[in-house]
Amino acid sequence: MTLTEKAENIVAEFSLFGDWMDKYAYLIELGEESDPLPEDLKTKQNLISGCQSQLWLVAEYRDGKVFFRTDSDAIITKGIARVLTKVLDESTPSEIIECDLAFLDQIGLREHLSPTRANGLNSMVKQMKLYALVFKTKYENAG
Amino acid sequence: MSLSIEYIRSLFPILHQTVHGKPLIYLDNGATNQKPKQVIDRIVQYYSAENANVHRGVHYLSAISTEAMENTRKNVQQFLNAAFDEEIIFTKGTTESINLLAHSFGKAFIGKGDEVIVSGLEHHANFVPWQQLCQEKGAILKVIPIQPDGDLDLEAFEEMISSKTKIVNVNQVSNAIGTVNPIEKIIEISHKHGVAVHIDGAQAVSHFAIDVQKMDCDFYTFSGHKMYGPMGIGIFYGKKEYLEKMPPYQTGGEMIEYVSVDEVTFNQLPYKFEAGTPNVGGILGLDEAIRFIQNIGIERIGEHENMLMNDTLKQLETIDLVKIIGKPKQRAGAISIVLNGIHHYDVATILDQLGIAVRSGHHCAQPVMRYFGVDGTIRVSFAIYNTQEEIDTFVHALKRVIGMFR
Repeated sequence: MTLTEKAENIVAEFSLFGDWMDKYAYLIELGEESDPLPEDLKTKQNLISGCQSQLWLVAEYRDGKVFFRTDSDAIITKGIARVLTKVLDESTPSEIIECDLAFLDQIGLREHLSPTRANGLNSMVKQMKLYALVFKTKYENAG
Repeated sequence: MSLSIEYIRSLFPILHQTVHGKPLIYLDNGATNQKPKQVIDRIVQYYSAENANVHRGVHYLSAISTEAMENTRKNVQQFLNAAFDEEIIFTKGTTESINLLAHSFGKAFIGKGDEVIVSGLEHHANFVPWQQLCQEKGAILKVIPIQPDGDLDLEAFEEMISSKTKIVNVNQVSNAIGTVNPIEKIIEISHKHGVAVHIDGAQAVSHFAIDVQKMDCDFYTFSGHKMYGPMGIGIFYGKKEYLEKMPPYQTGGEMIEYVSVDEVTFNQLPYKFEAGTPNVGGILGLDEAIRFIQNIGIERIGEHENMLMNDTLKQLETIDLVKIIGKPKQRAGAISIVLNGIHHYDVATILDQLGIAVRSGHHCAQPVMRYFGVDGTIRVSFAIYNTQEEIDTFVHALKRVIGMFR
């Protein structure tokens, strides 16, 4: 599945919710079912400080794709991070670099990614793109 | 007859709006409270009809601006019951007032090996300036410990104060958990040792009457925006006998008497501490905020807030997952809680969706949070315009939040 197709799936999923309560209940569910990061990966290096909630991001490059894992001490932050990884995970570095995240507007979560929010999600997206750029430079531009 | 809360609410334009489709319930008054129309109108009036730079201007507008500003100084003097109007210094807020004090008092009176005392309940604004000053001067910072109920340990304070102590800094009301500190006792003990006392009144001025002479504090600081006034204006009060011995904090225009290439003589009090063009619009807004408080009556404000606060406490005590932080002997303005197992960011996010504004996080008081073993709390704080119905809606919303995370 391409990144665009994954984004379309998420938009379709969220369009089922009648009101914001259902949407947040779903985010909480996503946060709760998202695998926690092992403690040894919750390092300072992987921490994206958001002032109010802590957020950790780990990225790996395998077979031309980037794999992300996230965790947070706040469930809603963790849920939104899960939404982002659902779309960005297992994509090529180029797809991630070019992704415009317009799907967040469609599912009404863009406000949570404002740089003025204290949850670290905005910095997390920047960090994800930075990882993609590093992987692309390191593994794909060599030849 | 006292004014009805319904009528008082009608004086605040911002309160009549919906947030995420729900009527706004504003319970973040400890961070900043909302402004009545008369304060907003006063600022508009100033810039519409009176604006000119103050002092030394010969023309009409400069004269009326200066007069309005100096009248405010007298009104603040009365509001605090200070002995002299030149003891009232305009700053941009409590933080600047405390930085002025730490810098200037530090320069005049603090040297290597001297001691400075702060309480463990302080906001970073009344902690970091003293910590930095001590590091710079080679002085020693001592902290009055907190007790499990959220009150300060006065016995420990009596043991730590000595002939080496130069100044004691305590807030009148804790912003993080709402403790009202026994400042009269603290001032009495300090003065017995000949030590100056600074009271941070940021969280107190909108809740009860202040009388700096009766209190006998040496310095008192607060902000306009936490007492229905505008942001960007604050007060630094100091006893004249101290202010006269303290050097200026900032230098520049307004605060000088004579300047040549080689020398400068500083202006007298209060201008010595007011370098640069002051925030005249803000000063006049503060003047109007004082009038607003006096029209309603500060006792009436305090009574109403206490009634709401005590009811909130009572209702919160019945909810299983809620843990109220601290049980101080006297509390004002705010209640801090944690919901066991639910992150404060999650709680505040859902409450926001329900139109309810509360503060979440460490409230710029990380040492307090560390003492209670939490990394943040939800803080509910009250003002004269809050209603019983809003409190009931908040408590109901909190139960709904708990339901969502269970």
